[in-house]
Amino acid sequence: MAETKSHIGTQNKKGQTYTDAWKMMHEAPRTPSFYTGSEVIKEALRRASCDVMIAYPITPQSEAAALIGELFAEGYIGDYFRGESEFAVMSQCAGAAFGGARVFTTTAGPGTMRAMENFPMWAGARLPIQMIVTCRGINSPLSIQPDTIEISYLLNTGMLVWHAETAQDFFDWILKGFMVSEEPEVHLPLALCCDGFFVTHTKDVVNLTPAEMCLPPYDPYRSPVPCMDMECPPVRMMRDPFIMKSNYISYATHASWQQEIWAAVERSRKHTIKWINGLVDTENTDAEVVIVASGTAVSQGREAIRLLEDEGVRCGLVKVKSLRPWPGEEIREATKNAKHIFVPEFNVTGWLAKEIKATIPNSDRVHAGPHVCGGMTMPPEIIASEIKTALGLRSESLAGRGS
Amino acid sequence: MSKERIKISPDLYDIMPSDYQDLVQSATYGKEDRGWKDIGTSKELIEQHSLCAGCPESMAFRYILASLPNPEDTVMVGSTGCTSLVFPMVAVHNIHSLFGNQNAIASGLKRALSVRFPDRVKDVVVLAGDGATVDIGLDMTLQAWFRQEKFTTICFDNELYANTGGQESGLMQKGFVAKMAPVGKLFDKVRLPEIARESGCHYVVNCTVSKPSLVEKVIRNSVLIAREIGPTYIQLYTPCILEIGKNSMEGLQEMRDSEKPTERFAYKEYVSEPAKQFLAELAAKDKERKAAAKQLAGKA
Repeated sequence: MAETKSHIGTQNKKGQTYTDAWKMMHEAPRTPSFYTGSEVIKEALRRASCDVMIAYPITPQSEAAALIGELFAEGYIGDYFRGESEFAVMSQCAGAAFGGARVFTTTAGPGTMRAMENFPMWAGARLPIQMIVTCRGINSPLSIQPDTIEISYLLNTGMLVWHAETAQDFFDWILKGFMVSEEPEVHLPLALCCDGFFVTHTKDVVNLTPAEMCLPPYDPYRSPVPCMDMECPPVRMMRDPFIMKSNYISYATHASWQQEIWAAVERSRKHTIKWINGLVDTENTDAEVVIVASGTAVSQGREAIRLLEDEGVRCGLVKVKSLRPWPGEEIREATKNAKHIFVPEFNVTGWLAKEIKATIPNSDRVHAGPHVCGGMTMPPEIIASEIKTALGLRSESLAGRGS
Repeated sequence: MSKERIKISPDLYDIMPSDYQDLVQSATYGKEDRGWKDIGTSKELIEQHSLCAGCPESMAFRYILASLPNPEDTVMVGSTGCTSLVFPMVAVHNIHSLFGNQNAIASGLKRALSVRFPDRVKDVVVLAGDGATVDIGLDMTLQAWFRQEKFTTICFDNELYANTGGQESGLMQKGFVAKMAPVGKLFDKVRLPEIARESGCHYVVNCTVSKPSLVEKVIRNSVLIAREIGPTYIQLYTPCILEIGKNSMEGLQEMRDSEKPTERFAYKEYVSEPAKQFLAELAAKDKERKAAAKQLAGKA
């Protein structure tokens, strides 16, 4: 087995110092900067010691993917190229990860769907690839607008799935995500999702870590499965490949491996809690009304709470940060006092509400909504209105707004 | 990987599987002039296989593995099909991920290995069936060539989907009656060797595996050219004797019949100008080396 050594304190070819990730993320000074979400992805990657990034154009992630190309031209990324489709790109990412590289990519909407066959393969092969998903509509007629429906398809792939609310989440979680993903007992891919346009194309103040610091490089020899680089002895994996066998040993082997993937998702829980400070954030969960949301629906929920406070309605908030691992215990605890639980979502099916209903006792407390989709915005007023209606309070009609 | 890496701790020697012990004692990792003639006198890099008796694909596998110029630093990429029954028993690292994405996997892999080992040779060799190469994976096959990815693509052409039971494939001959081609295939065998040439491959060969010395030369050239210059493509006829109604002992004759000058697997080769120059330099160096060895032997 090739040697594993610490790089902390040494410099890369760009003069950045490999820094202990915890110190870099929690103790290093931060500089406030005014950036779009796409630019924030670039800045996170500048500090990520990424070996390979593979790009493909699709709105709304194209800008971020192109900006990382600039980083490659500047020498911050080991290799970078444009693949021919999302299916190919995700396979190219897999190839690079099989070869022991730290790999990053970005996609969105129909791209996520086209690449879907790769994701359970990534998880099954224990490849800690990080994929940014800038969510958008996937339906026909063609839509490029924000919509989080694609996240629901990722939930059962065996990938870790996080949902960022802000550009600051994005910056921190990209870097922290590698640390969780690459833990030997986890070693799974991460889908780091955000709501397209709302996060990628708006500017926000983001506190950045020093550009002179970067993450320690990925060490493929800490992987729980052999790195495919012929640096460790090749072994005969099996006498007869299980693919061709219809017998109990074959079934048991596949079953135990699938269970191991989900056990690894479970083992990521403690690392996720440590790095992103809990799977959920909560505010005022002693209230009788609680909003549970993920992504930018959290921001809209927060505004709705402010509106409701003005009218004397007290409302708590649960921000779901990680969807896999799923914060079941945290949500049960945070909603134990709630008589009404509202789940605003940017998609038509309400997948988050369904997950929550399957998690908590007395699930008839869950009001699945409001929902917007197809690119519609979610004004805080409609959340407040839905809550007031459910509580039997008078709510002004929103139909005449703006007239 | 050096041969040192596969050595067994003396304390554990007796509990290691005998095939691994053989690998340490008599495999040809690091042997400069390794080739098909090592078969029978040294440990092969393929340990049994579960292909049908007499399957020409098993011959092809053995010749290819004996001919890789640098197996100790070669990673192979397969795809779904009969080849995926063999790869678990091959003593070079190999990847199976999905059906048809082998050239995409190899693209990412080769680049990662180049980033991680900038001063060392790490060869990547794709080996997949005709369904994976020409049908479901065609875009990724071609795009890897367009991008001039530096690895070899080998297609085991058995002119149908063998592993799923003999369905029509793009490389099947026109008129052949098969599953999913109930009235005979309606269009010509896809001319992938010509497409490979036009797509930027520097070395393209279309042949059968009836002659091990020829397979050795072709595989060696294709890996060395891919390493130094750009993509190479080898299409090998490995008939599925089961699906074309032949007996176990008839595979070799089927290949011989199909490589006659007017037949579809008559030897065809394309070598780009840079590859020709490279091969000439290799031949000159080889000649020089042999002359020096002869001189040394004369002195002794």
